[in-house]
Amino acid sequence: MKLPKPLARAAALLSSDARADRVVPPSGHTAWLTSFTAGAMTFLCVFALALSLASGRLASRWSDALARTATIRLSAPPEQMQAQTEAILALLATTPGVESARALTDEENRALLAPWFGADLPVEELPLPRLIEVTEADPGYDGEGLRQRLAAEAPGAVLDDHTRWRRPLAEAAGRLRLLGWLSIVLIGTAMAAMVTLAANASLAANAQVVRVLRLVGADDHYIARAFVRRFTLRAFAGAGAGALAGLIGIMILPRTDAAGGFLTGLGFSGAGWLLPFLLPPLAGAVAFFATRHAALSKLREFR
Amino acid sequence: MHGGERVIAFENAAYNYGGGELLSEVSLRLAPGSFHFLTGPSGSGKTTFLKLAYAELLPTAGHVTIFDREVRGLSRDEVARLRRRVGVVHQDVQFLDHLPLAANVQLPLTVSGRKSDARDLGDLLQWVGLAHLSDALPPSLSGGERQRAALARAVIMGPDVILADEPTGNVDWEMSLRLLTLLVELNRMGKTILVATHDLNLIRQAKNQVPARVLRISRRRIQLAGADL
Ligand SMILES: Nc1ncnc2c1ncn2[C@@H]1O[C@H](COP(=O)(O)OP(=O)(O)OP(=O)(O)O)[C@@H](O)[C@H]1O
Ligand SMILES: [Mg+2]
Repeated sequence: MKLPKPLARAAALLSSDARADRVVPPSGHTAWLTSFTAGAMTFLCVFALALSLASGRLASRWSDALARTATIRLSAPPEQMQAQTEAILALLATTPGVESARALTDEENRALLAPWFGADLPVEELPLPRLIEVTEADPGYDGEGLRQRLAAEAPGAVLDDHTRWRRPLAEAAGRLRLLGWLSIVLIGTAMAAMVTLAANASLAANAQVVRVLRLVGADDHYIARAFVRRFTLRAFAGAGAGALAGLIGIMILPRTDAAGGFLTGLGFSGAGWLLPFLLPPLAGAVAFFATRHAALSKLREFR
Repeated sequence: MHGGERVIAFENAAYNYGGGELLSEVSLRLAPGSFHFLTGPSGSGKTTFLKLAYAELLPTAGHVTIFDREVRGLSRDEVARLRRRVGVVHQDVQFLDHLPLAANVQLPLTVSGRKSDARDLGDLLQWVGLAHLSDALPPSLSGGERQRAALARAVIMGPDVILADEPTGNVDWEMSLRLLTLLVELNRMGKTILVATHDLNLIRQAKNQVPARVLRISRRRIQLAGADL
């Protein structure tokens, strides 16, 4: 199998040529800083990921609940019921933002009440309010204005748009998800910056080594490889530990479903649990490209 | 082996570090298999000349060609490949201090991805008299040992040219003669040799063994010195 050129290059840069690695002296405790940074960043990333996924679930659940319907409950003396119902329907027909409206039939009323009072309820004889289902258009109607017009037309009509309060919440959840993704991007960028700094420091500290390597005929890719390999492996290992710690952290969070279901629980569900395992290779890739870029541009300072 | 008429050629080349030209109008050719000395007072530009000869520096005027390649047109990778064909012993010999002597001597092979033959390495270390020190770390070596290790490293790739900058800089006369003998042997094997030195005794000694020519830097120019010396 033949790899495409950039991939083959990447593979060559990572290939376990122990000798290539040995030409740069081991860097002692500073090596830990890269692993630690990658670990801490990945730990944070797991939470940002969990936050994004959880708020995403929340946002979509709440948006689904916003079925864009409201109910008007009309109480009126029996002899006026029909007239007021028609008046309200006429009013709704001219209200901007209302897509459609219709009065529930007696059958539907009975179906609604059946669970409480049994199927053979004599709906017609009870002084039940008439229900009018309003389907909202996009953009929606002005709730306050509609209430006032209803009051003028039918004093016994009550507009119940209980699902409307959830809209800002659904929007907030969507924003939260966006912030989560943004955090992940920032964490990744910060890690790239940290690795670049560390790689540059390492190259500067090993200037003498680099000079000798150039003098004996090493090309830039050879020299870069020693550094790239090192930082990639360190970032990968650190990120592995960080991801594991983050996952454990998420798993021991108390379940919040019981607490009113307001928070769906900061966690992963189903295949989402696999996502944190993508973070270590991702961190390795970030370190790979950051170090490679840093090394190849720094090496130009040496002839 | 190189087939052309010149291994390294300077054509009206000049070099200027920024404070006026240090070397001017340098025109010369190193023919394959030749042996040259380069002398001149301290600070006259011997090291600078060698750096031009292995493309560490680019001439600020004129042309330098190595194996018929104009140095100015070389990419970084080409410079790297060229250095594998030119063995250099630097005036300030530098090693990778964390690797043992043997690994340092093999470094040119390592970085060019070539397999090294343990027996060849043993022979080479034997030849420079360092076989017993193959596991020693460079900082523990004496000046003369470092010079010989540098020479071994310079020749391990079987280069066509060997440029040596004060290879006897900090060794006693006996060791100087030994290093000279190594260089003469290399020349007899067909290598082109250029040795920068201010040690006139060494040059006289060499002239007894090989038809060496002497280049002298004086007043920014490089000239072929007369037979008198
Ligand atoms: N990187 C540099 N920048 C500026 N000036 C330099 C640089 N390298 C060398 N020089 C100057 O160039 C002149 C020649 O230096 P060079 O090292 O070539 O002399 P040399 O003949 O090898 O001397 P020595 O016999 O002491 O080794 C010196 O005056 C030196 O100070
Ligand atoms: Mg010098």
